[in-house]
Amino acid sequence: MTRILTRRRFLIGASLTASVLGLNGCDAIVESDRTNAVLKLAEGLTMRTQRLLLGDDALAREFAEADISPTFRSNGTNMPDNARYIDWMNRQFTTWRLEVGGLVERPMQLSLGELKALPSRTQITRHDCVEGWSAIGKWTGVPLAALLQAAGLKPEARYIVFHCADEYEKSLDGSGWYYESLDLIDAFHPQTILAYAMNGRELEVGHGAPLRLRVERQLGYKQAKYLTRIEAVADLGGIYRGNGGFWEDRGYEWYAGI
Amino acid sequence: MATLDAGVRTGRMLIYRHSLAVRLSHWVNVLCMTVLLFSGLQIFNAHPALYWGQYGADGDPSFISIQAIGDGGQASGLTYIGPLTFHTTGILGLSEVDGEADARAFPSWLTLPTYQDLAGGRRWHFFFAWLFVINGLVYLVSGLVTRHFRRDLLPARDELTAAHIGREIADHARLRFPKGQEARHYNTLQKLAYVAVIFLLLPLMILTGLTMSPGFNAIAPWLIDVFGGRQSARTLHFLAAFSLVAFVAVHIAMVVVSGVFNNLRSMITGYYAIRRGDQP
Repeated sequence: MTRILTRRRFLIGASLTASVLGLNGCDAIVESDRTNAVLKLAEGLTMRTQRLLLGDDALAREFAEADISPTFRSNGTNMPDNARYIDWMNRQFTTWRLEVGGLVERPMQLSLGELKALPSRTQITRHDCVEGWSAIGKWTGVPLAALLQAAGLKPEARYIVFHCADEYEKSLDGSGWYYESLDLIDAFHPQTILAYAMNGRELEVGHGAPLRLRVERQLGYKQAKYLTRIEAVADLGGIYRGNGGFWEDRGYEWYAGI
Repeated sequence: MATLDAGVRTGRMLIYRHSLAVRLSHWVNVLCMTVLLFSGLQIFNAHPALYWGQYGADGDPSFISIQAIGDGGQASGLTYIGPLTFHTTGILGLSEVDGEADARAFPSWLTLPTYQDLAGGRRWHFFFAWLFVINGLVYLVSGLVTRHFRRDLLPARDELTAAHIGREIADHARLRFPKGQEARHYNTLQKLAYVAVIFLLLPLMILTGLTMSPGFNAIAPWLIDVFGGRQSARTLHFLAAFSLVAFVAVHIAMVVVSGVFNNLRSMITGYYAIRRGDQP
């Protein structure tokens, strides 16, 4: 091999260097799919390491009443503006139903009254937004495990998908509806509940009335609000853009434990 | 050998100063800390306020925050530290992006990516955090095995006297650095600075970072208590990061004033030149 630097090779090298050093070039690297595929290896490593150290049932810290935030910031959608939701809201959610379906033996439809009649769990936990802020609140709701056991998961079910009543990003194709998903480890975790009360009161519209998910070992965007339907699935590929959640479809990690 | 012949003529000799493990981990660390800083500022920009305690959000009092106030031509960038307010238009709070004023805490030339992208910033941050931790573990193990810490970094008892340290500070202030045999080893101020960074600041960065992780909180709840809450840990993470920036600034300044070429060569090839005539 010759080590003489030809003019052409020099020019290619120089322009590559220039594009690397320039600001636009910097963003070009940042936006490259290959770069991002490499960076995403860290998410798998984080999830496997945390799961290894956590075991399935390690609990998130629970706090005392005195630790509750004086104001709990409402994030994401504060007021779903579609007719279906507004109608439910105007009837104090008496006509709202939670559907449990997909890969289950016994699909169910539950009213808010029926959910409140089930055994409940109350926990004071910290909500950590991916942006960096935290708020502590008291949540009361039905353990998700109890509902899934009542519905009976089929053996091929691997994930639980949570469909919501808020369209967070308006779009013509309906791809902007909020949704989230968990694997069965977090779905059956004792602190994973479907909450209908917050700080001892009915869940407010700003915080996801009538029902929201609490999954306490992950970040805020996993805590889906305005739940309408729970669906057991074998894989997440066919749902919306296939990454398992509204924010996951927009570049955020599916495993939000960090 | 050519280097030795040259050394005889010029009165200098090359000594082997940095092992391969030290040199490699140093440069991997440079890469990691650079990416971690700029991606960290990107993440900070998503919520540019710092709190103390378990919780902290918009309704709670912050003791450091960076904001843009007002609209259009009247807009300005403000930085609040405790009771103090600083006008930081152009750099903090409000800065130009493509010629237009943009409300953002840290300016685009300090964030990775340059535009607002929390998800992207997190991908870079966590990938290089893993690399940083693995690199640090390799360095720690090799430092113990090769006795690098004991031999090169642990100050001797006579180095820790007030008189000795006072003299070194005075010499540093006059930019008079050790020569000859004395330059074979780190001086006491170097040792203390490196020990503080390696065994205090860098572990503090990792532990405060992990304390912000809700998953890791369930693994090690005691860490929340060590730092007095997740928001305290976030604040300490930020302050420790800027302590590291200050260390790097001084470190680079010292490299420059005590011989850029010699220092760089020693951290690349391992060989550092000292004056031959100063040998006993």
